[in-house]
Amino acid sequence: MSQVADTALTLLERLKTGETTAEEVASRLLARAETLRALNVFVHLDGDRVLEQARAIDARRKAGQPVGPLAGVPVAIKDLLCVEGEPTTCGSKMLAGFRPPYDATVISRLKAAGAVLFGKCNMDEFAMGSSTENSAYGPTLNPWDQERVPGGSSGGSAAAVAADLSPLSLGSDTGGSIRQPAAVCGVVGLKPTYGRVSRYGLIAFASSLDQIGPFAHDLRDTALLLGVISGKDPKDATSVDAPVPDYLATLDQPPARLRVGVVREFSGEGLDPEVGAAIEEAVRVYQRAGATIVDISLPHTRYGVPAYYLVAPAECSSNLARYDGTTYGHRATDFSPKYPGEENLPPLLRMMMASRSEGFGAEVKRRIMLGTFALSAGYADQYYNKALQVRRRIREDFDAAFEKVDVLIGPTSPTPAFKLGERTANPLAMYLSDIYTITANLAGIPGLSIPCGLTKAGLPIGLQLLAPAFAEQSLLQIARVFENATDWHTRRPSLS
Amino acid sequence: MSLTTAEVAKVAVLARLRLSPDELGPFTSQLNAIVNYVAQLQELDTTGVEPLAHGVDVRNVFRDDVRGPSLEREQALANAPRRNQTGFLVPAVLD
Repeated sequence: MSQVADTALTLLERLKTGETTAEEVASRLLARAETLRALNVFVHLDGDRVLEQARAIDARRKAGQPVGPLAGVPVAIKDLLCVEGEPTTCGSKMLAGFRPPYDATVISRLKAAGAVLFGKCNMDEFAMGSSTENSAYGPTLNPWDQERVPGGSSGGSAAAVAADLSPLSLGSDTGGSIRQPAAVCGVVGLKPTYGRVSRYGLIAFASSLDQIGPFAHDLRDTALLLGVISGKDPKDATSVDAPVPDYLATLDQPPARLRVGVVREFSGEGLDPEVGAAIEEAVRVYQRAGATIVDISLPHTRYGVPAYYLVAPAECSSNLARYDGTTYGHRATDFSPKYPGEENLPPLLRMMMASRSEGFGAEVKRRIMLGTFALSAGYADQYYNKALQVRRRIREDFDAAFEKVDVLIGPTSPTPAFKLGERTANPLAMYLSDIYTITANLAGIPGLSIPCGLTKAGLPIGLQLLAPAFAEQSLLQIARVFENATDWHTRRPSLS
Repeated sequence: MSLTTAEVAKVAVLARLRLSPDELGPFTSQLNAIVNYVAQLQELDTTGVEPLAHGVDVRNVFRDDVRGPSLEREQALANAPRRNQTGFLVPAVLD
C-alpha cells in the first residue's frame, strides 16, 4: 500500500535506483484498479497495452538509453484526449467504439517523456457537468465517500489520483472541470492559462474556454507534469509562444512577492460554513508566512455563471455539429419518419437528427439547444454578444485586482462533494457548483486547487488560487508556501 | 422572455436533434429556467464595451502554406459508420 501511494517524483527516484521497475509499478496499479473497480474510474483500461509501454521503458533504462522526465510513471488520461488507436469516448454513446487516428499533442509529449499511459478516465459527457453523473458509462464514485460524486467533469481523473490508481492524470477545465473535482477529491488540480497547453487532439467543447491541465497529489508533481505538457504547438493556433520555465526546479524558490488577495465575492450565499472556515484558516496560514493580505472585490463575479452559460453552449452547439453520423461516431440504424412533421425532412437530415438524438445525453442536448438559440437570428445580440461584453468586464476585474496582488484566494467549490443524484434533477443547481471557478475560464487566467482541509465528515476541501495570465510559476510558488506549512496534501482516503 | 414548445421544436431542428413530443415539455421548461437565469446579464450597462471572444492576445495566426502528410484514406475511413472502398456512405441527399 505504501508503495502504490508514491508520488511521481518518489516513484522516479525508485525507478532510477533500480529499486523497482516500470512494469512492477504498472502491474501493482493494474491489480489495484481491479480491486477498486466499483469506483468506475476508468472507461477503458487495457492492461496489456499498459504493461507493453512499461516494459519498453524498462528496456530503454536497462540498456542505458536516455529516458524522459516521466520515464515509467503512469499517467491516467481523461477520455476526451485522443490517443491513437485507443478507444476515446468523451463519456458519450456518440463516440462508443471511436478510435482516433492520431495522438493529441499532450499525448505525444507524454509519450516522448516516457510516461506510461494508464487508461482513459470517466467524465461527464463531452465535459458538460460537475459530477461525472452525465457519463454514458455510469458515474464515478468519490474515493472518500462512495455515496458522493467525485466532481466533474474530470471526475475520473481526479478520483484516479485520489484513490492512488495513478500518481498523475490529465483533465480538462472549461468552467472548473479540473479544479472542482480536485477540490472534492482532495488532490491538486491546475487549469493553466488559456494558450499555455496545446489543445490539439482535445475533443472540443467550448474552444475559447477549454484548457488541459494536470492532477497530482502535490505541487512538485504538478509542476513536473505541467512542464512536460506546456509550450507552443504549431497545430494549435491559440497556443502561445511564451517561454516555459522549469516549474519544478523553481518551485521552492520563495515567491518574489507575496501579496494575497481575498476575494470578497467568494464568500457569499451558498458557501458551506466548514468550507468557509477552512479558507479563513488558509488566510491565516498566509498571514503567518508573512504575506500581505488584501481585501479584493471582483464586482462582476455573479455574472460569471450566466455569461458562461451563453458563451459555452454557443461554442458547444457549433463544435458538436460535427457529430452527425456521417464520418465517425454513432449512426442511427432506423431514421424513418417517427414524429409529426418528419416526413417532410430529407432522409439525410433525418439520419443526422436520429443519430444525434440517440448518441447524445440530455445535458448535451440542452446545451446544444441553448447555444443554437443564443446564436439564432434576432437573439444573438441580446444573448451571445451581451455575454461577450460581460466577459470583458470580468477580465477587467481581474486585471485591476492583479495590479494590487500576486494571487487571489478563495474556496474552489462552495460545498464539499455532494451526494449522487442530489443535483441531477435541477440543471441550474448543478451549474452553481462552478460559481467560483468559472470566471477564470472566461478571463483566460490560470487557476489552481490544492487540498486545504477536511470536513467533520471527512470530506476534502479545496483552496483555489488564481493568478495573472502565464504566471503559473509564481502561482505554484505561492501555493507551495501553503503546502509547506500544512499536511493536507498527504491525506488519503481509507480504501481497501 | 419565455420560449414556447413550438420555438423549442424549431431550435431542435436547427440543432439537428430529434425530440419526441414527450421530451419537448421538460426541455422547454428547463431551457426557460436557464434563459431566465442568464437574463440577469441585461442588468449591466455594457454600452461601448468591446466584446471579449477569448482571453489571450493572439490575433490572426498564419502559417506558411506548406503541404504536409495527411491521413491515409484507410485511416480516415476507419471509424466510418458506413463506407465503401473509397468513401463515406450516407442516405440520399436529394430525393
